[in-house]
Amino acid sequence: MLNGNLGPEDLRQLETGPIERKSHGQTSAKSSVPDSLSTVAVDFAGVTKSYGNKVVVDELSFSVASGECFGLLGPNGAGKSTIARMLLGMTSPDAGTITVLGVPVPARARLARRGIGVVPQFDNLDQEFTVRENLLVFGRYFGMSTRQSEAVIPSLLEFARLERKADARVSELSGGMKRCLTMARALINDPQLIVMDEPTTGLDPHARHLIWERLRALLARGKTIILTTHFMEEAERLCDRLCVLEKGRYIAEGRPQALIDEHIGCQVMEIYGGDPHELHSLVKPHSQRIEVSGETLYCYAPDPDQVRAQLQGRAGLRLLLRPANLEDVFLRLTGREMEE
Amino acid sequence: MIEGFAAALPANAWNWVAVWRRNYLAWKKVALVSILGNLADPMIYLFGLGTGLGIMVGHVDGASYIAFLAAGMVAVSAMTASTLETLYAAFARMHSQRTWEAMLYTHVTLGDIVLGELAWAATKAFLAGTAITIVTVMLGYAAWPSVLYALPIIALTGCAFASLAMIVTALSPSYDYFVFYQTLVLTPMLFLSGAVFPLNQLPDAFQKIARCMPLSHSIDLIRPVMLDRPIAGIALHIGVLGLYALLPFFLSMALLRRRLMR
Repeated sequence: MLNGNLGPEDLRQLETGPIERKSHGQTSAKSSVPDSLSTVAVDFAGVTKSYGNKVVVDELSFSVASGECFGLLGPNGAGKSTIARMLLGMTSPDAGTITVLGVPVPARARLARRGIGVVPQFDNLDQEFTVRENLLVFGRYFGMSTRQSEAVIPSLLEFARLERKADARVSELSGGMKRCLTMARALINDPQLIVMDEPTTGLDPHARHLIWERLRALLARGKTIILTTHFMEEAERLCDRLCVLEKGRYIAEGRPQALIDEHIGCQVMEIYGGDPHELHSLVKPHSQRIEVSGETLYCYAPDPDQVRAQLQGRAGLRLLLRPANLEDVFLRLTGREMEE
Repeated sequence: MIEGFAAALPANAWNWVAVWRRNYLAWKKVALVSILGNLADPMIYLFGLGTGLGIMVGHVDGASYIAFLAAGMVAVSAMTASTLETLYAAFARMHSQRTWEAMLYTHVTLGDIVLGELAWAATKAFLAGTAITIVTVMLGYAAWPSVLYALPIIALTGCAFASLAMIVTALSPSYDYFVFYQTLVLTPMLFLSGAVFPLNQLPDAFQKIARCMPLSHSIDLIRPVMLDRPIAGIALHIGVLGLYALLPFFLSMALLRRRLMR
């Protein structure tokens, strides 16, 4: 009935990870110094998961280095949350292997979770508790005594900018404050890896910028972050590397700027206020590619001045020239009403 | 499959205490209201039926009707308190409040959560049953000090009914389904278990059914100690209640694993 407790062997495995230990050729816990940059924090190899006939994650492989911010980018239903759940051992893959912080998951997920903090998509704070009580109760789930929790709570409150709200009930907090508290709660076990599922969905711009800034602070402390989002600006700002998903398969992977250069490689001119089909034939000779979405024409033009000259004198047209972004990449890869 | 189930079992003998303490902290904030709420219903039954029917019935098995009924109401209050806690409150923590989900991010396993919830529901049953017991002692309907033996039985009764209700919680898509369990299982059990009238007047078939029900075993233990009489078949009664606490615990855990960790 009992799974037993963590032995010293387990702890060492968590601290260093198998890859690093192999490279040092050492087995003693004390003599091997963890080198967080060279280790792999998370590794998915050929992971498949389906519910009934629906394949949610399809032979997905990726790995995340320690200290990296890795983004899982995709529309709703792309399998992002399922990936996060599998990583935590809350659901088992049908095929493939998952290694988190050097530990096989789900087989030893409880051990892996010792080093993971989770910020879920939906708030699951205890509404009737105060901010401080939430942290205290959550610490107990990690086996922390009241004294141990109270020792770290002041720094967590400071991190979440909730020092003056320590005794306020969660139901009195704003949406942004709640999310900050959820982040603080995820840090109570001093995790190496933080999994954030849609961290800024449903927040106002102020709160969103605060969360982004706090996220950066975590990265500066050397934490590894896995971020799922369907919000392109967020991914572009925060992620060192990202993986674009569609229907559980990855369709592109790389650094945000590299993906933009590779898939778009020029500026984008948005044209609206006219008949898109008529405009299409007009600017086509000067464009690399043209996409139409609704009433807007997206014109990928190496030389925007030529396009502008072509459209000169047409009344009511509005032109917007901007650098290409991740959203263009995403829409290009997943396809909208595409016209080449 | 087997390996997955093993990982969902309680991690150790004390992890569940963190879950229990979370519920205790939440309850402390509304303790007075909660106790009054748990006390009111069985009290009304006790005095309503006890005095009303008591006038017509007089004595049952050599005790005044209200003293006979008191033991039944103690057991029923334990049954009701732990059932309602597991059905409505635990379901809310699993479903709408997502409290369990947050717990599963940590060192707590699903088995720890279920065990903590059951222990908590049994605690509430213990509080409710004990409160009524105290009232009956003060009014002279229960024998002192043999009534003290009722306390562990109340706790065990709470465990058994919490465990049973956890199966319903694990299977219900929404709150709306709980009423079936309450009206189709608990209410008939109330009448078939000797809580409000003695079983020996019932047809043989009904008596056989009653033998299978946890409530009748609970009452068979509580009534003699409250009336200071010898108990027959202690081991059997405790054994049956123990099985009702243990088997549904494993079954509900398997069901919850399928529901939450698929």
